Amino acid sequence: MEKLVYAVILAGGHGTRMGNLDKPKQFIEIGGRPVIIHTIEKFAVNPKFAEIIVLVPKQWLAYTKDIIRRNISCSVSIVVIPGGDTRNETIMNSIKYIEDKGKLTDETVVVTHDSVRPFVTYRIIEENIRYAMECGACDTVVPASDTIVESCDGKYISHIPDRKIMYQGQTPQSFRAKKLRDVYASLTDEEKEVLTDACKIYVLKNEPVHLVDGEVSNIKITYPHDIRVAEAILGGTK
Amino acid sequence: MLNTVYQLKRPRQFEAVFKNVELDDKHVLIRPTYLSICNADQRYYQGTRNKEILKEKLPMALVHEGIGRVICDPTETFKAGTDVIIIPNIPVETDEIIAENYLYSSRFCSSNEDGFLQEFIQTRPDRLLRLPEGINPSVAAFTELVSVSYHAVERFNKLAHARRDIIGVWGDGNLSFVTALLLKKRFSDSQIYVFGKHRQKIAEFTFADKTFEITEIPEKTEVDHAFECVGGNGAPRAISQIIDHIRPEGTISILGVTEDPAPINTRMILEKGLVIQGSSRSGRKDYEDLLSMYKRYPEIIDYLENIVGEQVKVRTIDDIVRAFEKDIYKPSGKTIIIWDK
Repeated sequence: MEKLVYAVILAGGHGTRMGNLDKPKQFIEIGGRPVIIHTIEKFAVNPKFAEIIVLVPKQWLAYTKDIIRRNISCSVSIVVIPGGDTRNETIMNSIKYIEDKGKLTDETVVVTHDSVRPFVTYRIIEENIRYAMECGACDTVVPASDTIVESCDGKYISHIPDRKIMYQGQTPQSFRAKKLRDVYASLTDEEKEVLTDACKIYVLKNEPVHLVDGEVSNIKITYPHDIRVAEAILGGTK
Repeated sequence: MLNTVYQLKRPRQFEAVFKNVELDDKHVLIRPTYLSICNADQRYYQGTRNKEILKEKLPMALVHEGIGRVICDPTETFKAGTDVIIIPNIPVETDEIIAENYLYSSRFCSSNEDGFLQEFIQTRPDRLLRLPEGINPSVAAFTELVSVSYHAVERFNKLAHARRDIIGVWGDGNLSFVTALLLKKRFSDSQIYVFGKHRQKIAEFTFADKTFEITEIPEKTEVDHAFECVGGNGAPRAISQIIDHIRPEGTISILGVTEDPAPINTRMILEKGLVIQGSSRSGRKDYEDLLSMYKRYPEIIDYLENIVGEQVKVRTIDDIVRAFEKDIYKPSGKTIIIWDK
């Protein structure tokens, strides 16, 4: 049976938030290997994926292909293509890639994941596939541990939502690809500008998005401090 | 690839750590599915092993009984999706005399290697056996325990003299149940007597020819050979009782694990000319032969289904703790972990 699920690894970051480290954060090494390699491997070992689509800034295409060739020996097909200007445009590039191959059907699922979340687990990926197929879209979340405070003017609190119903979004976020493309295409340019999160598009259009239990360890490596945290939780030597 | 390993850091405290797994062409990647808790795991979890041992072994992932599903196999031995039994004993050499489970160099999961409480298990293809079709996965989860009994029964068969009219099994727990059951199938002409502490537990041994409470054994009761499946603090008393009730030149197979040395009546061992044989763990051949035995006697699986106890779905570290706590307070049976972590 033809595989319908594609992993979409989003590595659009230019690394500007990594202080004086010169590489984008997805290429920084933890445990002796680039973060993006750890992330891709989590998807590469899952036999449900037809292909892994890695999207990087144009100037990092050759570099990314090189490190994948050097580090990953799995038989699964991995392709590296340029990302877009925004997160959603990058996801659209992946869907266009699938469409150009003639593989885009109503059943096609994309599991989109930050390249800088290498601690994603097998269970999270499996549940993303399942709920994207069953429900059409899903988002990986953990219950909010801190109280969320809303401030409209950045000076005074305008609202404090009940923490019990608050969650923090992680990735993967997974979708039926064709539907995501169509919903995105229905947005105006202004809406596209504001709606940076793919799940938010669904919510705005009253489309259901199922929750998947994330893990607090599924951290996003964003700041230099995160590298140290990642190295520490990777410290299982015994 | 980063693999999440759920290690026991100190008694009653688990912690998730990440370890880098090198994906090579010599190992198979398995996703654990159904696992089973053993008393050996409990001794680590509850901290009843001595302090030096705990200090040496922990942190370590527990559990060495279980099955899983092949995720990715670069060795091309198994197709992705195949359900397999995982052998926890990992020999690194072969010896023409000594079995793999007695070689000093062998590694053993949840003893000197991480056990099965992991996101993925990476092992050699010779440490995996295809799961028989249609078998209850909760029963398959504790194949390791049954293979240990099988191994002991086969060793007994090689060593013990041929008069086997009555074989006694001491103990009323899971190991005793499985050993007595295999003996009954393996030696259909022998009578199997079971000696246990709790009346309600030995009542479950319906296949046995006779059962006895250890406080009420008629004086003239005798067995040709005996299996000690008690372990722990009760083992010395059980061994002593066996020596009293066994006939001359009988073989005593010791399977129960004790933390402290057990004093035994050597005078009577000498006087009766007894043979004592210890057995622990098992090797690949024991698993293979046991699976053939399941095929020959499918009713064994029916009996084993009777000792499946609590089945705990594990999605969080708290669930792992819950499974171990339930296992402590269970009256009998095997606690099964349905792994979804």
